[in-house]
Amino acid sequence: MRVLGLAALLTVSLGLAACGGSPTAAPSTSVREPVTVRLLTHDSFVLSTALLTDFTARTGITIEVVAVGDAGELVNRAVLSAGKPEGDVLFGVDNSLLSRAVSASVFAPYVSPEVSNVRPEIATSGNGIVTPIDDGDVCVNIDNVWFDKRGVTPPKTLDDLTMPKYAGLFVTQNPATSSPGLAFMLATIAKYGDGWRDYWSQLRANDALAVNGWTEAYTSEFSGAGNSGSRPLVVSYSSSPPAEIIYAADPAKATVTTSTMADGCYRQIEYAGVLAGASHPDAAKAVIDWLLSPEVQSDLALSMFVFPARAGVALPQEFAQYAPRPARPEELSAEEVGANQQQWLNEWTETFIS
Amino acid sequence: MIRSRGLAIAPVGVVALFLLIPVVAVLIAGIRPESLEILLESRTWRVVGFTTLQALLSTVVSVALALPATYALHRLRLRMRRLTLAVLTVPFVLPTVVVGLAFRALLPESLNGTLTAIILAHAFFNVGLVIRVVGGVWSRLDGRMQDAARTLGLSSFNVFRRVTLPYLRPAILASTALVAMFTFTSFGVIMVLGSPAQPTIEVEIYRRTTQILDISAAAGLALLQLVVVVVALIWSAALQRRTVMRMRQSSTPALPAISAVDRLCVYWTYLLALALALPVLALTLRSFRAGNQWSLQWYQQIAAPSGGTTRDIGAFSIVTTSLRYAVLATILAVVLGVLGAMAVQLATRRGVTLEATLLLPLGVSAVTIGFGLLLVSIRGPVDLRGWTFLVPLGQALVAAPLVMMLLLPILRSIDPRLRYVAATLGSPPLKAWWAVDGRLIGRATVGAAGLACAVSLGEFGATAFLARVDEPTIPLQIVRLLGRPGEANFGSATALAVVLLAITAVVLITTERGRTQW
Repeated sequence: MRVLGLAALLTVSLGLAACGGSPTAAPSTSVREPVTVRLLTHDSFVLSTALLTDFTARTGITIEVVAVGDAGELVNRAVLSAGKPEGDVLFGVDNSLLSRAVSASVFAPYVSPEVSNVRPEIATSGNGIVTPIDDGDVCVNIDNVWFDKRGVTPPKTLDDLTMPKYAGLFVTQNPATSSPGLAFMLATIAKYGDGWRDYWSQLRANDALAVNGWTEAYTSEFSGAGNSGSRPLVVSYSSSPPAEIIYAADPAKATVTTSTMADGCYRQIEYAGVLAGASHPDAAKAVIDWLLSPEVQSDLALSMFVFPARAGVALPQEFAQYAPRPARPEELSAEEVGANQQQWLNEWTETFIS
Repeated sequence: MIRSRGLAIAPVGVVALFLLIPVVAVLIAGIRPESLEILLESRTWRVVGFTTLQALLSTVVSVALALPATYALHRLRLRMRRLTLAVLTVPFVLPTVVVGLAFRALLPESLNGTLTAIILAHAFFNVGLVIRVVGGVWSRLDGRMQDAARTLGLSSFNVFRRVTLPYLRPAILASTALVAMFTFTSFGVIMVLGSPAQPTIEVEIYRRTTQILDISAAAGLALLQLVVVVVALIWSAALQRRTVMRMRQSSTPALPAISAVDRLCVYWTYLLALALALPVLALTLRSFRAGNQWSLQWYQQIAAPSGGTTRDIGAFSIVTTSLRYAVLATILAVVLGVLGAMAVQLATRRGVTLEATLLLPLGVSAVTIGFGLLLVSIRGPVDLRGWTFLVPLGQALVAAPLVMMLLLPILRSIDPRLRYVAATLGSPPLKAWWAVDGRLIGRATVGAAGLACAVSLGEFGATAFLARVDEPTIPLQIVRLLGRPGEANFGSATALAVVLLAITAVVLITTERGRTQW
């Protein structure tokens, strides 16, 4: 381990030295002969195709996207393959999974020099090992139509969800099998500390429901957004209301019918890193720089429904209007999540379902 | 003489390479003293108990619902027979996530997450399989025996119990074994319809492998699952062997339904087909609704997606990819399945072990296999990652045991004296084989190939693990679309599901026509 640590340290300093030598001159200029970089990512990875072809035309680097399940599966596969990776770059490790990846030495530390343009609140969260690319919020989504029809005020805080008048209205996901479900559980832990289990007992007493996946919760149980379910409160993303407009049958005429609850949102930051043992580390760095470039950053909202990490990138109007960023999102440190996740999951199961 | 050992090489080799080695790799990597601890936890045994209970109940219900319909579809004259059979088979071959959501939408809310919902869904998915496996034998049962028994004064019930049933028993056992494997390792149905409070062994393996990376516990559970499955398979194979009855082959024409029981069976068949069609119909109707109006919008959208992102892949190219994989998988599955069935039938001493081995792909956790392939690639001599041939191979691993189980009961029912006669009359071995076995299983192979092709088209688990992002199959693209909010995503997913449904129905109906007109 000590030898590995030393090697990592060396890589960092060498990396920094290299960056120091050519501050913003993209490494892409140094990679000329055609190479294919394998980008390991999760199933939700989407980008405009034109960006990829343009990148190849400019740099000679072809990006082969390899998607391996959800973010959890992605990181686990990388952990198992640590040192003999399936690709060169990994995109999609988030702040709850980062410590697992880092402690397994999945990454060769590299932070893009472009990080100087990243919003300050998340710029250094990659701990000098990975580069933040985007973030998003897991929030309770509200079916406004349901509440308007009945003249009931929608809940405003996590506490409200335990009130009798919202009994039987809330659906979330099993944190053991669903990424938003896990994020929501972490939000309650961040907010209530040791009292989080009591909170879940109250949710349970208030007839809250947990199903296994986001799709079942949102398309089957949620009443909003044209779905047939019966529960007007669901755990989803803060970008779901604009997605409902953008993916409406007729976006021009669509009106927004869902909104998010500002309290109890969990911030998910997604990172990209160079995999230790990558065959093309230089090209991999160029890909990470490119992921933070203004072109890719301004594509993220409409392709992956996340928020660009880069400061000053204009958001599509639907986002600006219908996806307010929570003022005080809940967060836990990667180390804390890494150390306690399994224990918390067991406690959640004991408290909420068994 | 054609020897069992020679025939078994290919199918056993494939199972060994792509199933046993990965599973052993997982066990080597994961089994620690702690793995045995998980086997002592009471929670684990609750999971095992629930998994077994739901599998047993689901299997019994599936077989019981299917038998009257099998009779009507294969012995009686039935209007729209091929269509009805296709309708009854479609749920089995469509991806569970897709039909599971449609099923969930129709289920009364009080049933969501209950054992009843799981059993109903499993029956819904597996009835068609039972009908196919048992029907293959039932359709060729010589009707004159029943006539004779009836003339001798046996009641209809006793004719069935004492004359018909003994001949059907191996086929019923074969279908029972298949359904039990599918439901014991069920994943999609449990995820979509089950409650987080009651996971199955497969869900626990998935959770521990892919979410919390507790490899030693996952390996312990995988071992447990393997042991249960192997014991069950060996027991079922031995039982099938013991109950084999040679029968006179005939093509008794379908009879009109005259008796009350016959008519009841016919009504039952239509009713069952209707019940199975409902979720699929609801899905189809939904695909023509956009913004509360009737519309072809989602079909236009999947044909030429306009977003310009890596996910906007035209339906034509997705269908082409799916068909390319499915054709390869079907060829592989038929070759392996036919060889396997012949080898098991010819084997004298090791038949039971051989049959159980070849059925293992249905009973071993897909998560474990995928994870094992990954371990083999990382630590072994051959790196299989990114090898696209794995996609049809993975699909064939699932489809080949089905082909085998469709053919095996038929091969077993052939009177061995026919083979001796052919050999005595001086036919060279291959020709003798063709004259007796080949011709008879030829028909069934066409049907089996249809089912294999449909299964490959709808396969999700192995495909999702192995396919390339820019070349998704139809089920993969559907599940990706379902993972996002917005009506356009949901609508496009339903439209693609209907495309898959149409292709599957065409495959099933044409192969059934080929089978009956052979």
